Amino acid sequence: MMEILEGSHAVAEAVRLCRPQVVAAYPITPQTHIVEALASMVADCKLDAEYICVESEFSALSACLGASAAGSRVYSATTSQGLALMFEVCFNVAGMRQPVVMTIANRALGAPLNIWNDQQDSISLRDSGWLQFYAEDNQEATDLHFIAYKVAEDHRVLLPAMVCFDGFILTHTYEPVDMPSQEAIDAFLPPYAPVNILDAKKPMSLGMYATPDYYMEFRYETDQAQKRAKEVFAEVGAEFAAKFGRDYSGLVEGYRLEDADMAFIALGSICGTVREAIDEMRADGKKVGLLKVRSFRPFPSEEIRAALPGVSKVAVLDKNISLGQKGALALEVRDALYGSGIDVKGYILALGGRDVRQADIKAIADLLEKGEGDQFFGLRTEVL
Amino acid sequence: MTEECELFECGHRACGGCGPALAARLIMKATGENTIVVASTGCMEVFSTPYPETAWGVPWIHSLFENAAAVASGIEASLKKQGRDEHVVCICGDGATFDIGMLCISGAFERGHDITYICYDNEAYMNTGIQRSGATPYDADTTTSPAGKCSTGNPRPKKDLPAILAAHGAAYVATASIAYPNDLIKKVQRAVSTHGPNYIQVHAPCCTGWGFDGSQTMAVGRLAVETGLWVNYEMMNGEVERVRKVGHRKAVDDYLSVQKRFRHLYRPGRNEEEIAKIQAIADANAAKFGVDLNMKKEE
Ligand SMILES: Cc1ncc(C[n+]2csc(CCOP(=O)(O)OP(=O)(O)O)c2C)c(N)n1
Ligand code: SF4
Repeated sequence: MMEILEGSHAVAEAVRLCRPQVVAAYPITPQTHIVEALASMVADCKLDAEYICVESEFSALSACLGASAAGSRVYSATTSQGLALMFEVCFNVAGMRQPVVMTIANRALGAPLNIWNDQQDSISLRDSGWLQFYAEDNQEATDLHFIAYKVAEDHRVLLPAMVCFDGFILTHTYEPVDMPSQEAIDAFLPPYAPVNILDAKKPMSLGMYATPDYYMEFRYETDQAQKRAKEVFAEVGAEFAAKFGRDYSGLVEGYRLEDADMAFIALGSICGTVREAIDEMRADGKKVGLLKVRSFRPFPSEEIRAALPGVSKVAVLDKNISLGQKGALALEVRDALYGSGIDVKGYILALGGRDVRQADIKAIADLLEKGEGDQFFGLRTEVL
Repeated sequence: MTEECELFECGHRACGGCGPALAARLIMKATGENTIVVASTGCMEVFSTPYPETAWGVPWIHSLFENAAAVASGIEASLKKQGRDEHVVCICGDGATFDIGMLCISGAFERGHDITYICYDNEAYMNTGIQRSGATPYDADTTTSPAGKCSTGNPRPKKDLPAILAAHGAAYVATASIAYPNDLIKKVQRAVSTHGPNYIQVHAPCCTGWGFDGSQTMAVGRLAVETGLWVNYEMMNGEVERVRKVGHRKAVDDYLSVQKRFRHLYRPGRNEEEIAKIQAIADANAAKFGVDLNMKKEE
């Protein structure tokens, strides 16, 4: 059913349809509306879940770990400082192979304190073992939750998943969203069928300590699971497309790339701005396209290579920076395109919520044509 | 289960005479099979679960150093949702409990989860090499509160965690000692059968960290009680109810002098001033909890 919903409420509704049995979360801007909505759904008996009103994000994810290990489908949501507080638990959840799903309402990390959008928070956890999916708009944010649970819980994967969507830009924006029915989601997403759980009838130790003789194999297995998640994502996305008519089978999604010689690559809501800018540039005769990266973990290296047959120049837009190096996406795209002859330039932009307009995208296209890149874009001039 | 192999015993790698290992065995005797154990990082985790081996005959999960109470909260909620009724029991060291885990414990207790939190109190961080914790007694020599020319060891008395958790509204709070096994077992049984968050602190001497021979663990544990430096008591709804009385309370010297962690109080000479302060702690304990059977202490 088509509804006009705030992004956060669309996500909360999607989570409700996934029937989590335990929800544990702690409020933080701009994630707050999601957890408030879930709390009132529980209070109104619209969501039959245990809602644990924890005292911190650290406990939120810890409680999710315990609840998942005991066999329930669980949910949490956070952002920025909250995710930073969860850092240690994030590695543990992935290491114990618990398919927790968590929404990240992407926000900058302090200091300085800043509540606005960039993607430094989730990107900083890229090596933790969590799957990371990025939504361009609220429809995608909604749908990626159904897909995230199904991929995470697949026995070939069994990894936690972050569904990332841009704080304020999406969380607080009203958009029309086609919300599936409960029956349709029930048919798509079966109840959680855990493999190993804490059960007094079948005792087993979880999260034991492993010496150098064993530790590396755990990381290897987790890496293998990440790689298997690629084909599982494609399968699940295709099934979703068949059932709901919206196609998420690609870990990447191209726009006007067929005859493009220049391409933008980006994550999340900025792709919407890039699309508009591309249409305008196309009208001016420039052959530009966009490659949206939907899954940052697992990273779709082959898919990126395959998607850019005629492209000779790429501009990667990063709302994050690995300080002293470059944007994380640019680094990984360059790695994926290594040896292809494609010139990859990175642009750090929109940190801490700085606005990006179509004109900025066009300006970046000009820089790329001139071979200027690997720089911050849109800095205040007094620091230069 | 064979007689040698109980719910906690087989194959662990603790030091001979390890008080915490004995505590775990007694705790598991008391909780029985229908139990899920949540453990924090510490000696016990390391000596009982070197992958791929485990000493636990019940489901066991290690989370982190500091979040056992939060993980237990999630497990309890998950069981509730599924209509299951296993006991959820945290077994954690004093560092995990008194220091780094306080936030999660406070949250779990305030929320009222039906869990039993048991601290095995060996009075320091043993896993990382005998560092001071909030449970380390006054004047104990540890690697981060070393005795030296300008120091007589740990400068602060033990934090009163039972009182803090009783103040959270815990229905049942108790202290116990591995030197009184039946008492310990009864208290754990009482805790797991009392609804809501319950707390037991088990005095568990660590031969390695305290510096005594592993054959003396029980004796050292008993001396702590007999001197009044450790008091075994139960609290129901915030009120102290049962206290283990002591007939002829011994001088604290009897306890201090058998442990290397207090050796500096006796060498080169007896440090009268500091020993008097520790005796005052024991006397204050005795007065607060009514430990003495004979009102006048025997010298
Ligand atoms: C966040 C974090 N900080 C520090 C450590 C290192 N560490 C591991 S166990 C431990 C001390 C454990 O002490 P306690 O809880 O008293 O248990 P014990 O070793 O005495 O049994 C420390 C400091 C850790 N694992 N995690
Ligand atoms: S160091 Fe202490 S607590 Fe650790 S195993 Fe040895 S005796 Fe037990």
